[in-house]
Amino acid sequence: MGSRASTLLREEEIEEIKKETGFSHSQITRLYSRFTSLDKGENGTLSREDFQRIPELAINPLGDRIINAFFPEGEDQVNFKGFMRTLAHFRPIEDNEKNKNPPATEPLNSRTNKLLFAFRLYDLDRDDKISRDELLQVLRMMVGVNISDDQLGSIADRTIQEADTNGDSCISFQEFIKVLEKVDVEQKMSIRFLH
Amino acid sequence: MENLWCVAGTIFQLWMFVVVFFIMLPAMFGLSLGVTEVYIQVLVKILEWATLRIQRGRQEQPSASVPLHKGIIERAGGSMEEEMWQLRCSRPEAAGAFCLSDGVYFCKKGLESIVEDQVTQRFSSEELASWNLLTRTNQNFYYISLRLTIIWGLGVFVRYCILLPFRIALASTGLSWLVIGTSVVGFLPESSAKNWLSELVHLTCYRICARGLSATIHYHNKENRPQKGGICVANHTTPIDVVILANDGCYAMVGQTHGGLLGILQKSMVRSCPHVWFERSEMKDRNAVTSRLRHHVAAKTKLPILIFPEGTCVNNTSVMMFKKGSFEIGGTIYPVTIKYDRRFGDAFWNSSKYNIVSYLLRTMTSWAIVVNVWYLPPMTIQDGEDAAQFANRVKSVIAHQGGLLDLAWDGGLKRYKVKDSLKEEQQKTYSNIIVGQNDIRTTKTCSETRGSIMLDQ
Repeated sequence: MGSRASTLLREEEIEEIKKETGFSHSQITRLYSRFTSLDKGENGTLSREDFQRIPELAINPLGDRIINAFFPEGEDQVNFKGFMRTLAHFRPIEDNEKNKNPPATEPLNSRTNKLLFAFRLYDLDRDDKISRDELLQVLRMMVGVNISDDQLGSIADRTIQEADTNGDSCISFQEFIKVLEKVDVEQKMSIRFLH
Repeated sequence: MENLWCVAGTIFQLWMFVVVFFIMLPAMFGLSLGVTEVYIQVLVKILEWATLRIQRGRQEQPSASVPLHKGIIERAGGSMEEEMWQLRCSRPEAAGAFCLSDGVYFCKKGLESIVEDQVTQRFSSEELASWNLLTRTNQNFYYISLRLTIIWGLGVFVRYCILLPFRIALASTGLSWLVIGTSVVGFLPESSAKNWLSELVHLTCYRICARGLSATIHYHNKENRPQKGGICVANHTTPIDVVILANDGCYAMVGQTHGGLLGILQKSMVRSCPHVWFERSEMKDRNAVTSRLRHHVAAKTKLPILIFPEGTCVNNTSVMMFKKGSFEIGGTIYPVTIKYDRRFGDAFWNSSKYNIVSYLLRTMTSWAIVVNVWYLPPMTIQDGEDAAQFANRVKSVIAHQGGLLDLAWDGGLKRYKVKDSLKEEQQKTYSNIIVGQNDIRTTKTCSETRGSIMLDQ
């Protein structure tokens, strides 16, 4: 019968998530409904298969990388808190937050954290560097079979050459930030939630 | 002991009397005694009162959840090329080459689809904007007031103890008479009298079944009703769609032969008028299926075929991809839109969650089934159009009439994975962008583009 959605999520949990992610009460309950509808096994966690059941995500060229971002190192299940923590990166930065005193820890949806999320899309082994191999692999995911190895290789080389400032043939996070400094990350990496 | 038999006998006689005079005779002549109409009006008043109470209750409790909206997020509508161009505004000289910022586009699209996608929500019941006093829809509402709870309790009693036994008895009566009636008619020799009698039997029994579900059906545009030798095409929400449509006309059903109770029904129905039942092995051979249906349609005296091209039940908020097989048969297509009013009970059959018996039980313990049926003008395939394009044309006409969303996604995604070719399309489009074939550099400047796209939203 009904009423699973709001009764399994206790008020204390909602408050915790609110503090950690900055989502509002109604947004959290709506996203919890979404979480439970994706959770076909009804065990309170999502697996990679649950995500792949979404057709629009399954046809996204970087779908696997995005799904990976939800799962911490070595784990196969993500609970609701983890789900919300990852989604929090895409919460829009509100103007009044910029004026308040900066909180003790950086909010999950700050510009730096958004850029870190994008950086980790490319950084396959999570060693805080994007090597030429990693870049090639992600490029291959995005273009499929439509571009030859040679052409893809030269694209990767050119990208690293333009970004690399310390000469180690890898792109570090600082170099990544520099490349994307003019991109409107606040808008491009934010999802407009309706209330 | 004898007293018990006497009592049972009297009840049975009373029941037969009620059924024959108050239900069967009106059903034969297509009349209605007006009982259901009054019931629906009373229900509407009660539900409106309940809605007001809930709204008042919510205002007194500010921490309660906000009413459900139609969506969780707002999506930008640009194409891949437009969005990439915006992302690259910082480096216009790099247009036609790869940028690290390109990954951000796919990232955002992926996250948006995780929060809300167009497909998975079609395979579960739609959420109601207000509570309709059934526990099964009570996802976001909770204790508001004593009066509301009392009314809800009364509702449970009425639905389970009064309506349910009545409906079950009526439905079984209707089905058994369908079997008996069609078998009897089947013994007659082929003649126009047989056809007329068979139609009468079918109509009467389907109307009894509809009463057994407390179904109120409003037919619109009856002049477009499907004619003999045509194909009737409709959106699919539940197996009850068949009963709904058959209340107003006789159709030749198409389907797989089943065993058991359903098999008995199928065998007796086909005795009185030609339905098209396929063995499971025959269904795999598309050509055999198409040719058999073509023969049926070509004989202009046979009843119109009823087909649901979606191939699966969807939740009545949208129309999903129409399989083109039904549109290759030839003949005139008569589109029909079926729209259920969700306030009185959810008719959608979520076959992965409920089997047919529990589904029927839930339907028979809902308030009622209120449905609007629109007959749309007949359509035929045009020159230069292939079956798939014709199917899409019919689908958009049906969706437009019912106010349903017209989706290109396949309803079969309920059960199996999406085809890889769709991913490959996206990869191809992106490859064209970075190889420079899609010239995304237009004469617009960066800020102009951003301004115009903002206005479109």
